[in-house]
Amino acid sequence: MVTPAHFIALSVILFVIGSVGVLVRRNAIVVFMCVELMLNAANLAFVTFARMHGQLDGQIIAFFVMVVAAAEVVVGLAILTSIFRARRSASVDDANLMKY
Amino acid sequence: MSHHIVLAGPAAETTKLLAYWVLAIISVAAALGMVLARKAVHCAMLLAVVMLSLAVMYAMLGAPFLAFVQVIVYTGAVLMLFLFVLMIVGISAADSVIETIRGQRLWAAIAGIALLILLALVVGNAAIGGAPKATAKFGNSNVTGLANLIFTKYVYPFEITSALLITAALGAMVLAHRERTSPKPSQRELAARRFATGHPAPLPGPGTYAQHNAADMPALLPDGSQSDLSVSTALTGGVSPGEARTALATAEPQTGESAAEADQEAGEQW
Repeated sequence: MVTPAHFIALSVILFVIGSVGVLVRRNAIVVFMCVELMLNAANLAFVTFARMHGQLDGQIIAFFVMVVAAAEVVVGLAILTSIFRARRSASVDDANLMKY
Repeated sequence: MSHHIVLAGPAAETTKLLAYWVLAIISVAAALGMVLARKAVHCAMLLAVVMLSLAVMYAMLGAPFLAFVQVIVYTGAVLMLFLFVLMIVGISAADSVIETIRGQRLWAAIAGIALLILLALVVGNAAIGGAPKATAKFGNSNVTGLANLIFTKYVYPFEITSALLITAALGAMVLAHRERTSPKPSQRELAARRFATGHPAPLPGPGTYAQHNAADMPALLPDGSQSDLSVSTALTGGVSPGEARTALATAEPQTGESAAEADQEAGEQW
């Protein structure tokens, strides 16, 4: 029998994988993808909680997370392309002008 | 819409459990592959697999609307945006395998395991009960239920969302806009420039008379040699496909700077 705990466990695993990806990868686009994976894992938890409590509020929150994630991707990728134009690189190590 | 399939009884539970395990294994494997894959395009494809599995899980959890939104907005729009940007940036624009911060991967792995243990303890200590029997809100009247909530209880967040989207669209336009620093070349200048290259005709298409019909396969010339002009430099990372292939085939373990350079040249990325 599939219980909500199954889905929460999967959501935890996906979230951890996403966070490790953010820490490890240095291509900024891949870092963005890992952030998306974390957002998706959180969404899965929200939808599971909605089902668990028999209320739709969790699904609404997941919907808002999707909207905010879409906006974030649009702005983030625009920033990435402008950085790439200036530096000819998508590596997070090369955008270090404000370091120190 | 009164015809819907009702699964009930122990057989339905077994089917659900089987579906859960198949999707869970696929999504975790794809997520791991996304973190480990060297090429950004492969990462995007594996992320699509994860998102589609999650969409099916939303449907299993009584969220059919979110399942469709997941497919349309995430897999359809967000991931395609990622792929477009990858095409602009070029697949070679990436970092080498060399660590710039000493022990970064080791500490990242330790932090990941610590986070996993922390979350597992939290979830293990939480009382996650069973789900109540699904009501119509988690089935046929899911969309109306969501609409009722959005336009009553969550109407202000929903309105603020519009401001967010407009700001994001404006921000993207401002950030992606580039002022022209030189005058736009006229058609005459463009034609002169094209004839000056000695190549007035369009470049050959990829895959012409080659054994494969893929965009990264160079076209074959009448004498059987490969035409490097036929493959876009966005796909090869600035090197000709022949060179890239021989570089990959004859790649030998190198040390230090030369290995990093070879990585850059071969269009490989971590």
